[in-house]
Amino acid sequence: MTSTVDPFATGAATPARVRVTALDAVRDTLVMSRRNLRRTVRLPQLVVFATIQPVMFLVLFNYVFGGAISQTLPPAAGGAYINWLMPGIIVQTLLFGASQTAIGLTEDLVGGVVDRFRSLPMARSAVLAGRTLGDLVRNVGVMTLMLLIGFVLGFRAQTSWTGLLAGVALALLFSYAISWVMATLGLLAKNPEAAQSGVLLPIFPLVFASSVFLPTTTMPWWLQAFADNQPITHVVNAARGLMLGEGALPAGHSVTGQVLVALAWTVAIGLVFAVVSVAMYRRAVQ
Amino acid sequence: MSTAQGAITGDGAPAIIAVRDVVKTFGAVRALDGVNLAVPPGIVYGLLGPNGAGKTTLIRILATLLRPTSGRVEVAGVDVVANATAARTRIGLAGQFAAVDGYQTGRENIEMVGRLYGLSPRQARRRTEEVLDGVDLGQAADRLVRTYSGGMRRRLDLAASLVGRPPVLYLDEPTTGIDPANRMELWGLVEELVAGGTTVLLTTQHLEEADRLAARIGVIDQGQLIVEGTADELKDTLGGSVLELATAEEHETTAVQVLARVAGDEPAYDAERARLRVRAPDGSRTLIAADDVFLSLTGHPTGQAPPAAAEAHPGSAPQGRPGQPAGAGHTPGGPAARPASEGQRR
Repeated sequence: MTSTVDPFATGAATPARVRVTALDAVRDTLVMSRRNLRRTVRLPQLVVFATIQPVMFLVLFNYVFGGAISQTLPPAAGGAYINWLMPGIIVQTLLFGASQTAIGLTEDLVGGVVDRFRSLPMARSAVLAGRTLGDLVRNVGVMTLMLLIGFVLGFRAQTSWTGLLAGVALALLFSYAISWVMATLGLLAKNPEAAQSGVLLPIFPLVFASSVFLPTTTMPWWLQAFADNQPITHVVNAARGLMLGEGALPAGHSVTGQVLVALAWTVAIGLVFAVVSVAMYRRAVQ
Repeated sequence: MSTAQGAITGDGAPAIIAVRDVVKTFGAVRALDGVNLAVPPGIVYGLLGPNGAGKTTLIRILATLLRPTSGRVEVAGVDVVANATAARTRIGLAGQFAAVDGYQTGRENIEMVGRLYGLSPRQARRRTEEVLDGVDLGQAADRLVRTYSGGMRRRLDLAASLVGRPPVLYLDEPTTGIDPANRMELWGLVEELVAGGTTVLLTTQHLEEADRLAARIGVIDQGQLIVEGTADELKDTLGGSVLELATAEEHETTAVQVLARVAGDEPAYDAERARLRVRAPDGSRTLIAADDVFLSLTGHPTGQAPPAAAEAHPGSAPQGRPGQPAGAGHTPGGPAARPASEGQRR
């Protein structure tokens, strides 16, 4: 160190923020998301959670159920369960991954890190926005891995590359909206243990009572009524329509119509929970 | 912005931390019940009190983490409620729990905080080098923090709070749970900081810590600042200290002779409790005496909630073991047992 500056001298020329601008908010969000991504890459259990677990689901579902199920699928699946499964399991993986938003946030809350952030002249929204953005970037990585393994297992989009990419993009957008739900749940749960059970528990029935793994037509009427109308089914159907064509959708649905419904759900969920969670985060300072 | 409250400290200097009639309620609980505080710049101000007294609540309000229910708070001339962002540029906070990321390196932790203070990437890098060297973590800068010892984490936490060169630093029980060597090192850092012009508000349960570092001490209990002044002033309110010694019975005679010579007063033997007691000689202002001040003011030892049934032994009992917040021989009572809200507060 050639510096002769006294590190402990106070009040030197620090460009102090007097108020936080929109540009500051963007910068802070990027700083925070980079921090969260480092953590994701360096925490072994998070790496396993993000890579091995979803790949295992994909491989097991494909080989264990594929043989029996492929006979009953619509022709749009091209006779291979992996084609039907892929759009669904992508959404399932993203949902499970989004739960990390809640758990990571509660870890910061109990560890005192959030207190530090709150005492800094940074954008209030950046703590949550940085976390959801970091999770989105992680999800892009997980998605790439899933698609690679899927191709190895024989997955082929029956429409076009554009359809495939559009389906993936829709799933990622939905996962981003769900991250805001998870941020809200994390702020409610307040500690990692509560977040773990409080978040993962409801995800399981929501994922299974949907069109993620199978068409809903063989479910009992009451379950089908729920499954057909919940957002996960709408998003999975839209992604499936984009990747496999209109024949993969329930009778009477068009791909465009299904995509619009999925987008409406995604935007509504994202907006509502972004507003709610940021308000909750701010109000914690009372 | 001028000091709108016109808060003046005991020395007649304008206060850098000014707290006026602050009340904070959580539901039915009054965590702070009308606190007034004026801290002059450039000193360590020690805030003493048992758990639940309101120390941390006050720090959290001063650090913009909580809003007061009523009352006004200004730090470095800025109202922390009305202008929280500006206040945050003037403060640093190091808490009871080292709020650093185990899965980032020391350098990454500090750079991140620098960026969040609004420094450019280059400024943040340069400042990070400075503060890491300052807390003697330059060598460990590129290690993941999860490999750091508890003392290193505390120093990193302190470094993080210094990135923005804050004129006011809050240390909430900075040495709780760390070993004596690291405590000494942290004390040294705090002294360097104050020499550099920083004002430090320190909460602690260790009276030794307050006596060693703090130019002024405030005792907070049940949400109120019940007394404040210099350490010596606080000791004076007791009207002389009493030294109490536990001895083996067979050494009693020897001990009495030795004590009589040292203290210049005749020791008395308390048979019931097997203790020798003697008035401390004038001018021997030991730190341990502060423990007694604290005890006689709040009626319960530091670090403990008010006891259900306080024993009523007259006098107080310093023991020869510094840093022990709740020694066995400490009992409430004594000549200055009344809350000294008048007389000391100015």
